[in-house]
Amino acid sequence: MIEMTPLRGLRPDEPAIKTVGLRKSFGELEVLRGIDLAVHAGQVVCVVGPSGSGKSTLLRCVNLLEQPTGGQIFVEGVDITDPNVEIDAVRTRIGMVFQQFNLFPHLSVLKNLTIAQRRVLKRSQAEADKIARKQLDRVGLSDKVDAYPAQLSGGQQQRVAIARALSMNPDMMLFDEPTSALDPELVGEVLDVMRGLAKEGMTMMVVTHEMGFAREVGDDLIFMDEGMIVEQGEPRSVLENPQNERTQAFLSKVL
Amino acid sequence: MRKRTRQRLIRGAMYVLLVAIVVFVAIFADWDNLQRQFFQPDIARELFPDVVLIAATNTIKFTAIAFVGGFTIGLFLALMRLSPVAPYRWLATIYIEVFRGIPALLTIFATTLVLPIALNVRIPGFAGMSSFAAAGVVGLIIVAAAYFAEVFRAGIQAVPKGQTEAARSLGMSPSRTMISIVLPQAIRTVIPPLTNEFVLLIKDTALIFLAVGGIAADQELTAFARDEIQQFGNATPLIVTAIMYLIITIPLTQLVAWMERRGQRSGASARPGALAKLRQLSKQGGLGAR
Repeated sequence: MIEMTPLRGLRPDEPAIKTVGLRKSFGELEVLRGIDLAVHAGQVVCVVGPSGSGKSTLLRCVNLLEQPTGGQIFVEGVDITDPNVEIDAVRTRIGMVFQQFNLFPHLSVLKNLTIAQRRVLKRSQAEADKIARKQLDRVGLSDKVDAYPAQLSGGQQQRVAIARALSMNPDMMLFDEPTSALDPELVGEVLDVMRGLAKEGMTMMVVTHEMGFAREVGDDLIFMDEGMIVEQGEPRSVLENPQNERTQAFLSKVL
Repeated sequence: MRKRTRQRLIRGAMYVLLVAIVVFVAIFADWDNLQRQFFQPDIARELFPDVVLIAATNTIKFTAIAFVGGFTIGLFLALMRLSPVAPYRWLATIYIEVFRGIPALLTIFATTLVLPIALNVRIPGFAGMSSFAAAGVVGLIIVAAAYFAEVFRAGIQAVPKGQTEAARSLGMSPSRTMISIVLPQAIRTVIPPLTNEFVLLIKDTALIFLAVGGIAADQELTAFARDEIQQFGNATPLIVTAIMYLIITIPLTQLVAWMERRGQRSGASARPGALAKLRQLSKQGGLGAR
C-alpha cells in the first residue's frame, strides 16, 4: 500500500545519515566546523550541547534547510550536497519536526496531514485520508481531525506535527528541540509519542535538552560545542561519566 | 481657584464660543441663496436616474475592472519582487517605484493621450466601454498594480519563515509552497489594506473623467458632475455626486475599521514587524498620498 518515492540510488543498507567534514558559515561566523557522524537505520541519535553550539544548524543541514558551505552529507548513500540531486524527493524520505511546530494555520488538522501526501506523493484523497487518520490515531488525536491548529494546545500541535511528518512514510525523522517551546506539563505527551516511535524502530536524530529522554531512548549521544563534536558515545556512559571537560561543565549545569 | 473649577470654566467658555459662532452664522448667512446655489430639489430630481444608472454604475464598473486587473498584475509583481532571480526583482522594483512615484493622472495621460498620439496605439473598448474609457481604466490598472504589489509583498513577508520550511521539509517545491501554504495566509492578512486600496481606487476613477469627456455613456460620477454643474450653473450636482460617493465609500471604510479591530484582537501568527508595516500601509493607504 505504501509506495516509495522513486529516487534513484537510495541504498537502505548504507547509513541513513552520514556527514563528512560538514561545514557551515553564516558570513564570518563559522557555525559548523567539520562534523563527521553516522546515523544507522533504526538508531536514535540525540544531539545535545549549549545554545549556539550548532546542533540545530547540523540538523537543518541534513535536509538542506541550510545549505552547507563545505563537506558532504549522505542520505542513504546519496550525496545530497550534489547539485543534481532532486532535493524535494529526498525530503519526502526525511520527516522534520520543528521547535515551533509550524503547522499550517489556515488548514484543518486533517488537511495539514494530507496536503503534502496529495500534492507531492500524488496519493488519492481516500488513501491520504486513511493514512492521516492512522497517524493521528497513533499520536492519540483522532478526535481532532477537523480542528484548526489554533484550537489545540502546544503539546497537541506538536503531536499533529509529528503525525504530519509520519504521513509521508519517511525513512527517518529529524527533531529540532521538539519540546523546548512547550509548557512543562505538556512535554511528557510529546516525549511519549517519540518514545513509541523509537520502539517501532524509526531512525531518529533528535536535538534536545531532555537528558532523561536521551538516556532512556537514545542509542548514541553526541555532545556538541562551538561547531564541533566534542564527545560521542553510549548515552548512559557519556551522561554519567563524561570524559571531556566541556561536556562535564555543561552537564553539571543541566543535570 | 481650584484646578477643577478652572477646568470647568475653560470648558464652559469653549461651549459659549461655539454657540456664538453657530448663532452668528444662522442669523447672518443668506440661507435662501445658499440653498439656491447648493441644493435645489428640482435640479437634484432631474439628475436621477442617470446619476445612478450611468454615473455611479460606471464608477463601480471602472473600479471593479481596475481592481481585478491591479490585483492580478500586483500579485505577479510582488512575486517578481521576491524572486530569487535578480533581474526580475529589478524590473518589479523599477515598475513599482516609477508608478508610485509619478502622479496617477500622468499615467492616465500616458494611456489616453500619449499612446494614441505618439505611438498610434489605440486600446480597444471592452466591457461596454469606449476606447477612451478603456484607456483610462488601463491607466488605473497600471497604477493600482504598483500599489497592490507592495501590499502583497508585505503580506507574503508577514508569513513566518517556519511555514515555508515546514512545507519544503515535506517535499513541496518552492512554487507549490507559495501557492498552497504562503499565499493563502498572505492574502488573508492583506484583506484590510486591500479593501482600503479598493476605496482609494473608487475615488481614483474620478481621474478617468479627463479621458471620457463628453461621451455620455462612459461618464462616471465626476465627469457627470462636471457636465451637470456647467449645464445648470449650480452646485447641486456636486452635492448629489458627493453623496453618491459617500454612499459607496463609507460602508467600505467602516468595514476596514471593523476588520482591523477584529484582526488586532485575534493577534494573528504573522511576524510583528511585517504586521506593523501592513497596518501602516492600510492606514495611510498607499494610494492616498497621491
